[in-house]
Amino acid sequence: MEFGLSQEQILLQDSVGKFLNDQVPLDKVRQIASGESSDAEVWQGLADLGIPSLLIAEEQGGVGLGSLDAVVIAECLGYHVTPSPFISSAVMAPIALMAAGRQDALAAIASGRHRVGIAFGEAIGARNDAGVVVDGTVLSGKCLFVLDADADAYLIATPEKNLYLIAADAKGVERNNLTTVDKTRTTCELILNNATSELVSDDPEVYLRTLDAGRVMQAADTLGAAQCMLDQAVAYAKQREQFNRVIASFQAVKHMCAEMVANLEPCRSMVWYAGHALDEVPEEARLIACHSKAHLSEVGKFVAKTATEVHGGMGFTDLVGLHYWFKRIGANRQLLGAPELVREEAARIQGLAV
Amino acid sequence: MDLSFGNEYKVFREEVRSFIEQYKDKQPTQVALRGEESLAWQKLLIEHGYHSRTIPKEYGGYGAEADIIKSRIIAEEFSTAQMNTGLGGQGISMLTPVLLEMGSSEQKQQFIKPTIHGEMVWCQGYSEPGAGSDLASLTTKAELDGDEWVINGQKIWTSSAHVADCIFCLVRTEPEAPKHQGISFLLFRMDTPGIEIRPLIDMTGNHNFNEVFFTDVRVPKQQIVGKRGQGWLVANAILGHERGSLAPPDAAETRLNGVIDLMQTETIAGEKLIDNPVYRDRLVKLQGRAMAMRFNDMRLLSARINKNQDVKLAGMIVKLMSTELRHEIEGLAIDVMGETGLSFEDNPYLRGNGSWQYQYMFFLGLIIGGGTSQIQKNIISERGLDMPKEPKVTK
Ligand SMILES: Cc1cc2nc3c(=O)[nH]c(=O)nc-3n(C[C@H](O)[C@H](O)[C@H](O)COP(=O)(O)OP(=O)(O)OC[C@H]3O[C@@H](n4cnc5c(N)ncnc54)[C@H](O)[C@@H]3O)c2cc1C
Repeated sequence: MEFGLSQEQILLQDSVGKFLNDQVPLDKVRQIASGESSDAEVWQGLADLGIPSLLIAEEQGGVGLGSLDAVVIAECLGYHVTPSPFISSAVMAPIALMAAGRQDALAAIASGRHRVGIAFGEAIGARNDAGVVVDGTVLSGKCLFVLDADADAYLIATPEKNLYLIAADAKGVERNNLTTVDKTRTTCELILNNATSELVSDDPEVYLRTLDAGRVMQAADTLGAAQCMLDQAVAYAKQREQFNRVIASFQAVKHMCAEMVANLEPCRSMVWYAGHALDEVPEEARLIACHSKAHLSEVGKFVAKTATEVHGGMGFTDLVGLHYWFKRIGANRQLLGAPELVREEAARIQGLAV
Repeated sequence: MDLSFGNEYKVFREEVRSFIEQYKDKQPTQVALRGEESLAWQKLLIEHGYHSRTIPKEYGGYGAEADIIKSRIIAEEFSTAQMNTGLGGQGISMLTPVLLEMGSSEQKQQFIKPTIHGEMVWCQGYSEPGAGSDLASLTTKAELDGDEWVINGQKIWTSSAHVADCIFCLVRTEPEAPKHQGISFLLFRMDTPGIEIRPLIDMTGNHNFNEVFFTDVRVPKQQIVGKRGQGWLVANAILGHERGSLAPPDAAETRLNGVIDLMQTETIAGEKLIDNPVYRDRLVKLQGRAMAMRFNDMRLLSARINKNQDVKLAGMIVKLMSTELRHEIEGLAIDVMGETGLSFEDNPYLRGNGSWQYQYMFFLGLIIGGGTSQIQKNIISERGLDMPKEPKVTK
């Protein structure tokens, strides 16, 4: 029995972490967030490490690793607030396309040159003015807060849990960037006007598996981002002096840090298990994905606020850039289902709600 | 991630299951201190290796080699089958491990067997009116007079002192030494002349803990565990045993399932409580927290098997997080019942034998006892995150 990461997973974590440290430091994140450059170069770098093909089966031209490996990477990306379409192009799209046996698309994704964005919001719960109407495979309507504004194609889910694939430049597709607080990743709206798509899956299981994996990756991203905020807060507290002593010696500050650790540390085990369950314990996977997404949203929110407070005014400025983590955690909380909605789903899975 | 216990344990699990099958109907329904039935059950459990499993035979235990997985399997199977796991208490869960580690061979011979068989009941005499969180400032003193320690002073919050045969007690033996180095760990009988016990009623209305006064209490010199002045080390070894086991995750999940049952059967204005989305959200939120603690616990178990895993922080947060969680789970049950949740004692509308109110308060006691939540946060930040200690105030 061994509950935890394998040696290989620790190596993977180290090598991705090293790449991000060297190649995508905060200055680089700032450039991308401000629109000076795009995340294309980062994504190509990650593609050179094999990240987009991580989950794609070997016989389908991928690396054939598992969901827990993807969790490890999501955690690294969150830790470094890395701009990249990882959750959409490396996790959610491959899972759906593998189920549909779409070799061509998978090979293109694996190369890092083809990105597939995710439009699941209308299946989870359409907001004002949003919603997709399907006629055969012709789509009309509007998808909001679609993951990845630079994708080449989009996977669109309908309330019936069907999945459609549509090219970004297809006739009848209009795409507009939607700025959010989290500028480390992009979202857009898709306005569909009798746009022709392909049906990728009409099996609700495929939609759910894709969604579960996306949620677990968001939980892992939040875990990493929150861990980084905590590390920064502790380090800052140990060097900042007030009243002739380091603020880390004030009990109020120590207790803030202790509460962050106490809440975050069990999340690590939870997210690891959620990743493991996606592949190995399918009967538990859905419930645990929902719980992980919701629980990490709450703990992440707490850590984001508290770590900022530990920094005082410095936390509120752009100078240390702590706000990139704060906003990233905030985005993970809302996208693919806010915690209240996801908990309601968890209740339904257990037969506690209709 | 490998969560299987391996094939060799399948056979063991089957053994445990068949024991449970055989004895399920023969177990006592309640654990009664010194009750004949309870003591017989305890003996049976030890004989089959389901209690005191790794305690050597010569001290009255089962004498198995330590095997964390086997212990886990027993715990899992007993919990699933809701089997009576036998006696607990401070002598069994706290003193025995310490005697095994630090006791003299006479002490082991003399105390362990009757303790684990429930024939010798212990209480823990640490806290004093002036020494709670700052335990090391305790002032109850013991002076050597010939072959005997002479003890004078007072303890407080001493759980079970009124029913205990013996006490393990921290006393100051080296008044000149720095405060942590002047303490010794003594064992003595509660019927020794000079001991007076006064009951303290706790917030649940029960008489669980006491004040204990010592006036010239004479104790044989050799009834010290460890050396003179080493009592702090001995005590800390026990606190480690205590903190890890106060609110285990499977008990939290069992209680949460109890809340679900309650919410599915109780109604308000004709509507089932489970159909109220606000209550339901609180329930599922707590499920998420309990689940995180369950996996944290699996990680801790794994680290005991795989020594290379670093779980320092994961272990340090358990007392804080698990006692707070239980308090909230019990509190949710009360909230969903509303005014019915207030029912107490002989109230005919009492649910679950009044356990929700009782446990709600009981776990507040555990949040305070054994190192308060605030002290836990001090420990986590200072020893876990290496943040500086509070500057010392010199008196
Ligand atoms: C149900 C129960 C059973 C118990 N059973 C036993 C027993 O069998 N034997 C025994 O010896 N003792 C027992 N105790 C005592 C228990 O260990 C003490 O109550 C506990 O250690 C706290 O000490 P205190 O009550 O003196 O509170 P205090 O130390 O006076 O604490 C009061 C408040 O001040 C805070 N505080 C104190 N110091 C600090 C600090 N450095 N930083 C931040 N905050 C601080 C505390 O967190 C708390 O909120 C029991 C207690 C309870 C509640």
